[in-house]
Parts: sequence; C-alpha cells; structure tokens
Amino acid sequence: MTYTDRQQKRAEIRAMFKSNVRRRLWVDKIVVGTVIVCALMAIIPLIWILGTAVYSGVPALNWEFLTGKPGAVGAGQISIGPAIQGTVIIIALTSLIGLPIGIMGGIYLSEYGGNSRFAKQIRFFMDVFMQVPSIVLGIFAFLAIVLTLGYYTVWAGAIALSFIMFPIVARSTEEALRMVPWTYREAGAALGLSKMVITLRIVLSQAKKGILTGVLLSISRVGGETAPLIMTILGSNIFFSGFDSSTDALPLRIWRLSLQPYDEARIAGWGAALTLVIIIFAIHLGVRYFFLRDKSGKGLRGVLRG
Amino acid sequence: MSTVMTDRSATITTIDKPQTRYKMRTENINIYYGKTHAVQDLTLAFPEKSVTALIGPSGCGKTTYLRCLNRMHDMTPDAKVEGRVLLDGADLYDKRIDPIYHRRKVGMVFQKPNPFPTMSIYDNVVAGVKLNGVRNKDILDEIVEDCLNMAYLWEEVKDILKKPAMELSGGQQQRLCIARALAIQPEVLLMDEPASALDPIATQKIEETIEELKKDYCIIIVTHNMQQAVRCSDYTGFMYLGKLVEHGKTKQVFERPVDKLTAKYVQGQFG
Ligand SMILES: Nc1ncnc2c1ncn2[C@@H]1O[C@H](COP(=O)(O)OP(=O)(O)OP(=O)(O)O)[C@@H](O)[C@H]1O
Ligand SMILES: [Mg+2]
Repeated sequence: MTYTDRQQKRAEIRAMFKSNVRRRLWVDKIVVGTVIVCALMAIIPLIWILGTAVYSGVPALNWEFLTGKPGAVGAGQISIGPAIQGTVIIIALTSLIGLPIGIMGGIYLSEYGGNSRFAKQIRFFMDVFMQVPSIVLGIFAFLAIVLTLGYYTVWAGAIALSFIMFPIVARSTEEALRMVPWTYREAGAALGLSKMVITLRIVLSQAKKGILTGVLLSISRVGGETAPLIMTILGSNIFFSGFDSSTDALPLRIWRLSLQPYDEARIAGWGAALTLVIIIFAIHLGVRYFFLRDKSGKGLRGVLRG
Repeated sequence: MSTVMTDRSATITTIDKPQTRYKMRTENINIYYGKTHAVQDLTLAFPEKSVTALIGPSGCGKTTYLRCLNRMHDMTPDAKVEGRVLLDGADLYDKRIDPIYHRRKVGMVFQKPNPFPTMSIYDNVVAGVKLNGVRNKDILDEIVEDCLNMAYLWEEVKDILKKPAMELSGGQQQRLCIARALAIQPEVLLMDEPASALDPIATQKIEETIEELKKDYCIIIVTHNMQQAVRCSDYTGFMYLGKLVEHGKTKQVFERPVDKLTAKYVQGQFG
C-alpha cells in the first residue's frame, strides 16, 4: 500500500465511523432499555412474592407464634416454634455434611483433578445429582437410613439434603477457583510453597466470594426443600427431642398448613413462609458479614453492596 | 561459543579462566509446548556471584528457558522439558525430589507483575517466608524493610504497608514482586525483564541492587535493553529461534561477537 492509498483508506475508515455513531448510540439505548426491562421482569415476580409473604405473613407474627408449639386448629394459637428450631438444626447439620465435602470436592476438581478421568466422572455424577428430583433423594434416605434404623431421624433429612447441597457447592467452588488467574499459582510455586499452601492460602482467598455465593445459594435451596423431608424427618408437633425421633421443619409445616381449609391455618402458613424467608436472609447477611466484611471498616454497608 | 564441560566437577575451561565455580548449569535442554519446539538443545552454565543476561528477539524462548531453571514448567500441563538442570551439582529434575526444595533456593521475578491481590503490601513481601513457616514478627518486619529497600520501593510505601498491593502502580507492583522474590533469600535469582515497566531512576536502582546482590547471588536476567545488559551483566547469552547462538563475557559478546547474527542483533539491526 502506498502512502496516498493508505491516506485515502484512513479517510474512508474515519468516514465510516462518523456515519455510524448516531445509529450506534440508538442501538445502544435500545439494548440497554431491553436489558433493564428484562431485569425488571425478573425482579417483579420476586418482589411480588416477597411482598405477598410480608403482607400476609406479618399479621401472624408474634412471640407466641414463633416460640410456641402448634396446637390443634380452633383450639387457640397455631405456633411454629418446633418448625423454626427444626429448620435451623437441619440447615446446620446439612451444612456440616455438605459444605466440607462440597468445598473439598471443588478444590479437588479445580486444583488436583484437572481433566483426569476420575475428575470427569465426579463431575458427571454431580451433574446427575443436581438433576435428580429431590423426592428421589428423600426416598433413598428413607430406604437406606430410616428403614435400616427403624426410626425417623433428622440425620436422614440432613443426608438427603446434603446430596442437594454438595454438588452446588462443589461446582461453584470449582468455577470460582478456576477464575483465579494461573500466574498467582506460579508466583506461589516460585516462592517454594507447596501446592496445598498455594491452594489454601493464596488461591482460595481470591475465590472467596464465588465460593460463598455457591454456599449461600445451596443453603437457600436446602432450607426451602420439602420433598426430601417428608420421608426422613416426617414433621412433628413437639420441639426437637433427639436424633431418633421425628422433627419438624418450616417447609413441612407450611405445606401441612396449606392443606388445611381454615383461615387461621392459612395465615399461620404465610407467617411460617415469611419466617423462613427471614431466616434465610439472616443467614445470608450473617455469612457475608462474617466473611466479606471490609477490614477497612465499611461495615454492613459494604456487605449489602456485595 | 561451545562450552566444554569437564563433566560433574562444575568447571568450564573454554570461555573463562579455569576453575570458575558454576552455581547452575543446564545440559541439552529441549522444551516443547505440544509440537512447538521452543528451546532447542541449550547447554549453558551460570557462574557463581555473577550476572548473566539473556538477550534475543521477542519470542525466541528466553522466558521458556528461564522457567525451566526453577521447574516452573511443572505448572504448565502442555509443556515438556528434556535435559538436565544442575543446581550445585544436584539435578533439579530428579524425580525423587519435590521441586519446592529447589524453588526455595531459586527466586523468580515474572515478566508481568503479579502481586497477590488479596494481600497487603507487607504480606506480599513476606508471603514466601511466612507461608514457609517463619512467624517471628521482628524478623518479618526486618525482611520487609530490607527487601523493599533493595527493590527501591521502601520510601514510597513505608507508610502504607497495610494497604492492598493492587493499589500500587504497575511499576511499583513489579518492584514489590522483586522484594517478594528477595525475601525468601534465594541463592539464584531469575529475573524476566524486571525493568520493562520501570522509569529510568527505578531501573537504575534495580541495577544497583543487582550489582549488590551479585556479591552473593547467581543472577540470570532476561532483558530487551542492550545498555542494561552491558551495564549490569558479566556474561551474556544471545538466543535466536529457540537456540543459544552465542555465549560469553558480556564485553566480548557486545564488542567482538563471534556470530554474525549476534553482531547484527547487538548493533540493533533486527529484533
Ligand atoms: N504457554 C505456551 N504455550 C504454547 N506456546 C508457548 C507458550 N509460551 C510460549 N510459547 C511459544 O514459545 C516461544 C517462546 O516464547 P517465550 O515466551 O519463551 O519468548 P520470549 O523470548 O520470552 O519472548 P519475549 O521477549 O516477547 O518475552 C514462542 O514462539 C511462543 O509462541
Ligand atoms: Mg518473555
């Protein structure tokens, strides 16, 4: 290309830019508008559901409702104390089983397994588990644990739910670790650090946010599951009375209340639903505050902003 | 120039006075990325207490070669290294020895700065020592000040040591990485274009640091800057298309190169 050719070409290219700008800006606006509308469409149902839960649930909330035992309908107050207690226990036990397995599994898949056959098989099985209807996990736990032991136990429920939890946590941990640029692992290796130290002290801290997102997602998911609990912890009208008897949980209680044709039960159901939402929300805030709190002291505001 | 090894005695006779002690040597190194033969049959020795500069046009394999000197290619699944690398006579690629033993003796500064983003400036400097088990706060403090001084960064950051390393500028980050590499007290220091992001004054300071370090260390530095190679190296290796074309005393390589290609390159006629 000669100098004049190139000069002419440059002018042409610049001319193309100019005639394009207006249209580009318009297209830009349309795209942004569409995105906002889509986001709203996703948010509106969410707000609606939350709004309904708050609107219908708040009237039910009082101290007796939250701490008492459920009585018979018509015989006075319906309370959800045992259900709240049970849900907290079941989330705690499920996390106790599911989080270590999930996080360690994710670390294995990202840092050690690579593309080995074993790692691929694990990924495959986890994908399968994620797609198994949760009631099937409940039936499995019923057959394997409840029937073997001969009694309903909160452990059976926690084990069934941990099968939901650990694939979610493992996959999100793996993804989060893979996002950490390779050069930091090399920098760690160049300092003579072992792979485990590099993984735990350098890589993991960079993936913290992604891992926590997966953990919280799985807790929300598990906290709202009903089907696996029906055949494992059954539900109960009394407070937790040991690992060898049935236990109540909020989703179970909501489901049972919703089956009853009485107004009183309906309101209590909404109250229980709102309580579940509040518990999950509190866990989210608590976990994020504990792990993502800005050390420079932005406090809760930084946590909320993410 | 051919280098005749008198096998394991770690002495070399052709290019230097007899009885030069070699800290590190490579013998017939071949490095492949899949089918790309990036470094070809490279034999080279690095004398103790000296600086060797590796020069050559972009893409000729300098980084690739440098990375085999601390087994960094173990981290790249598709890279394959053949040949021997000897550190004080011990084979780096001995299957029975975990690479971390050697890596503690061989510090590395990467071509692109890569301070650990979740750590403060202070923690970055001592990352290697701390995570290798040194807990004594006084010693850590001392290391931080000393290494940051050697990397010519102390004055700029001494009041913000607790700030995240990512808030530093690119050149400051690179100097931080130099400090981090120095902190593990290596015996060999590999530097891949350590000054490419630095201003002239910082560059000069780094060169002074290299000058000082060379009293104890064996330093291998990759550079695109001919003047830098002349100023701060004792030996120079010129690489081209994956091969070592010429190696010798820096003065000789720049003033009386044996190979025509070397002559052209050091005169700036290509590259
Ligand atoms: N990870 C990799 N995978 C495949 N090929 C690679 C990889 N890294 C480098 N190469 C190839 O190996 C050759 C040597 O690359 P290398 O990075 O060693 O060059 P260099 O001399 O350091 O160049 P520069 O001066 O630009 O840094 C190049 O042809 C490059 O394309
Ligand atoms: Mg390079």
